[in-house]
Amino acid sequence: MAETLEKTTTKTAEPLFGKKEKKLITDPLNDNNPITVQVLGICSALAVTSLVWPSLVMAVAVIFVCAFSNLFTSLLRNYIPKEVRMIVQLVIIASLVTFVELSLKFLNYPVYKQLSVYIGLIITNCIVMGRLEAFAMANKPWRSFLDGIGNGLGYGAILVMVGLIREIFGKGSLFASSPFEWKIIGPTAEYSINTTTSTLFGWYANNNLMVLSAAAMFIIGIMIWIQRSYNKKLIDVS
Amino acid sequence: MGEFINVFVKAAFIENMILAYFLGMCSYLAVSKSVQTAFGLGLAVIFVLGITMPINWLIFEYLLSDTGILGMDLTFLRFLLFIAVIASMVQLVEMIVEKYSPSLYAALGIFLPLITVNCAILGGSLFMVARDYTFSQSVAFGLGGGFGWFLAIIAIAAIREKIRYSAIPAPLRGLGMAFILTGLMGMAFMSLMGIDPAVFGGAGN
Repeated sequence: MAETLEKTTTKTAEPLFGKKEKKLITDPLNDNNPITVQVLGICSALAVTSLVWPSLVMAVAVIFVCAFSNLFTSLLRNYIPKEVRMIVQLVIIASLVTFVELSLKFLNYPVYKQLSVYIGLIITNCIVMGRLEAFAMANKPWRSFLDGIGNGLGYGAILVMVGLIREIFGKGSLFASSPFEWKIIGPTAEYSINTTTSTLFGWYANNNLMVLSAAAMFIIGIMIWIQRSYNKKLIDVS
Repeated sequence: MGEFINVFVKAAFIENMILAYFLGMCSYLAVSKSVQTAFGLGLAVIFVLGITMPINWLIFEYLLSDTGILGMDLTFLRFLLFIAVIASMVQLVEMIVEKYSPSLYAALGIFLPLITVNCAILGGSLFMVARDYTFSQSVAFGLGGGFGWFLAIIAIAAIREKIRYSAIPAPLRGLGMAFILTGLMGMAFMSLMGIDPAVFGGAGN
């Protein structure tokens, strides 16, 4: 017991945001990405990526839930009996998600309608539960919090990238259904060099494949391909 | 009866849980390496979806909605209650199956606890609420959704077994290829959109 006490006192002397902590945030962005490497949490969110704005909202929601459920679980980790830890974790996650759902309903009703059941599905998003089991149950609150943010970011980054590709090529716009909607390509595009006689990408016809759910699969498949051809150690040998 | 078949066909083929809504992708990708295990997981999903959906419907209708027993609008509690129902039902089903049908238990065995965090189960219940299904429709939706999930995971497992020895570029091997195959399967399933569920009778929503 004395030994553990001593350890904690020396640990607090470490910097609040040192190299190790930085790695907790950057690691999930590439080497340990929740979607392309850990393959967790694909369930709930791919269907929202046909537009950028809902995917951004979804990413923020997941970062929030992931970070705070990690924090609370880590704070309670010494008091949770092992047999019922799943239930306790689910209750923590479900309460946070209910909070997110109600706030989104208040802040931005159209997006709330668009995301519909997928906000609720953050509860069963494996990445949240997976981080609680793998990290928060065994680490200190601050580091767990950072790990939650890092994994949420890695997840959100993929989500927003897929959303960008799908919206630009599928609808020719960016941030549709948000206050800053902007049409980039297609006959109705609006940008500074556009004149009445010439449009830069006016010839572009929207690619309807991108709006379908199958496109998200192809895009993620190709992303995994690109990532693994740069990052050879991730290649599946089996 | 017509309405029952209508919702079943729609849930199983036209709006397939995996291929159209990406629900249950985690276990779908992780457990689809061989047909045998995929079969076990698929059966367990049909089983649990078919059971939890009517129970959650009853809870939502008689406990949470403002016309229920308590007379209050408690719908914001639905996440907590649904996940609790699912977790306890899975536990209960596991115990019952273990007692009365050891052979089925051996087949489903390890997959049952996994199912608690399968998005398809919670997603099904949330869709049921969002679409205002009636009781019989929710039963049909549960069974149909489970069946569609079962079909999709068997199909991908069979394909993945076949392509194990194909010359796929190394970085694409495994996960990447599974994603692209799922996309192709999704496009194939889209051709089923031509089915008009109304031919089976019923309201057709």
